[in-house]
Amino acid sequence: MADGSPRALAWRQLCDGVRAYRLIAVMGIRSQLTYRVSFAVTAFGNFAATAFDFVTILLMFTQVDALGGFSLPEVAFLYGTSATAFGLCDLVMGSVDRVGARVRDGTLDVLLLRPAPVLAQVAADRFSLRRVGRVVQGGAVLGYALGAADIDWDVARVVLVPVMLVCGGLIFAAVFVAGAAFQFWAQDAAEVQSAFTYGGTALLQYPPGLFAKDLVRGVVFVVPLAFVNWLPALYVLGRPLPLGMPDWVGFLAPAVGAACCAVAGLAWRKGVRAYRSTGS
Amino acid sequence: MRLYVLVATGSLRRYATYRVATVAGLFTNIVFGLIIAYTYVALWHLRPHLGGYTLPQAVTYVWIGQGLLAATAIMGGGFEDELAERIRTGDIAIDLYRPADLQLWWLAQDLGRALYQVAARGVVPLFAGAFFFDLALPVNPLVWAAFLLAVLLGLVVSFAIRYLVALAAFWLLDGKGAAQVAGLAATFWSGMLLPLNAFPGLLGEIARALPWSSMLQLPADVLLGTRGGWGTLGAYAFQAGWAAALLALGRLLQAAATRRVVVQGG
Repeated sequence: MADGSPRALAWRQLCDGVRAYRLIAVMGIRSQLTYRVSFAVTAFGNFAATAFDFVTILLMFTQVDALGGFSLPEVAFLYGTSATAFGLCDLVMGSVDRVGARVRDGTLDVLLLRPAPVLAQVAADRFSLRRVGRVVQGGAVLGYALGAADIDWDVARVVLVPVMLVCGGLIFAAVFVAGAAFQFWAQDAAEVQSAFTYGGTALLQYPPGLFAKDLVRGVVFVVPLAFVNWLPALYVLGRPLPLGMPDWVGFLAPAVGAACCAVAGLAWRKGVRAYRSTGS
Repeated sequence: MRLYVLVATGSLRRYATYRVATVAGLFTNIVFGLIIAYTYVALWHLRPHLGGYTLPQAVTYVWIGQGLLAATAIMGGGFEDELAERIRTGDIAIDLYRPADLQLWWLAQDLGRALYQVAARGVVPLFAGAFFFDLALPVNPLVWAAFLLAVLLGLVVSFAIRYLVALAAFWLLDGKGAAQVAGLAATFWSGMLLPLNAFPGLLGEIARALPWSSMLQLPADVLLGTRGGWGTLGAYAFQAGWAAALLALGRLLQAAATRRVVVQGG
């Protein structure tokens, strides 16, 4: 019965992680739904806070008809894909950026003692269902964009939209985990992560043509956020890709997502191994 | 007076302790500044002189905003969570029998924090902005002095609003919802999303009349010199008027709230 091969071991670990995550998250959801009014208010607050990014875009479009040559529905498509992918990731993994606070106050030790993967515990820690507000807001704008944008639909494009959301979520999740791993060394640096996560989703809401070439190169080749939506979304919209890249690059999103997760996993493992308890 | 100076310096030193957090915050300010500045470049390219700003002025506005974001606590991060928590737990009872005025105590505390953040988080974004873009910064030191005074008045208005929000915890107990709503309102009405000058029609008129315009829009206008000499005095009067009104409202609310404090004190 017991299969000792490394692959089976990794699989079992993954199952353990998912199970632990589910248990902790369900517990969190039940406790949050006890205070229904508070839940409704904070979920709406989350919805409204995200909506502001789109309000900024709407305010800009009260002054102009197109931004960087993109119409409002096209920018809304970029916004919707970026915000929904980020929202999904934030819902599932958003809690990991509190790992620095746990290192500082010493409560990470408790997690290390429990017979469940630490990453799953940290990610599910105080699982906040109210973050659904972000997904709903991004999804609503995406729905509007899909209806209003002039897209030349074919099979590849239809498949690419949901693939984009899932892979985008994975890429953002990798950034969250890598950032959390970094906090093992620099506990107060949680905000650096915000630059890549919240900053990343803000960047991807606008057409790449607006930004300096070096910035675009950075998010293609260094922190590959461009694969969250820019490259696949520009293909869907029938627009040329930045930096003269060929059309098919957008289809690399799943491979890039998987590679990012692998790198983030390694970084996390290194972080946990380097952890020294404060002893308090 | 000496007491409040001590409270302010203590608070300043407390925030100055977290150096890594300061550097991390600066990094985030610069990244957001870059992203927003590029979107403004595209917008002002299509609509030169939108809101009476030239392109360099619009881009400078972005970096002033990033520099003041932490100090004005527009998106939260000031004293208000701490005060609301003390009200929730009942610790506020101890604060009330201290031989110090509650509002002045927290004002000193918040100004100490804000002054540190003006210095630590305000300067670097401007340099970063000047490195990447063509900015419209004045060379006259008097203009900078006038700007700092406008910033100071804006900080007091910001405090006065957040004090009202924190006191709401006397009635709501859990102050998180109120703080979140206040943060959203400040983000929108302060001009952090887009300069209030560039807001369309009536929305712009309303935005420029509300107290939040004291926090970023007016200091930025003073620095960019778009209002002229008398306009600067007008800005001060506007800010001071709102500060006085909101602080007075805070006193009224505080008086009403302290009559309720027995409820939490047990």
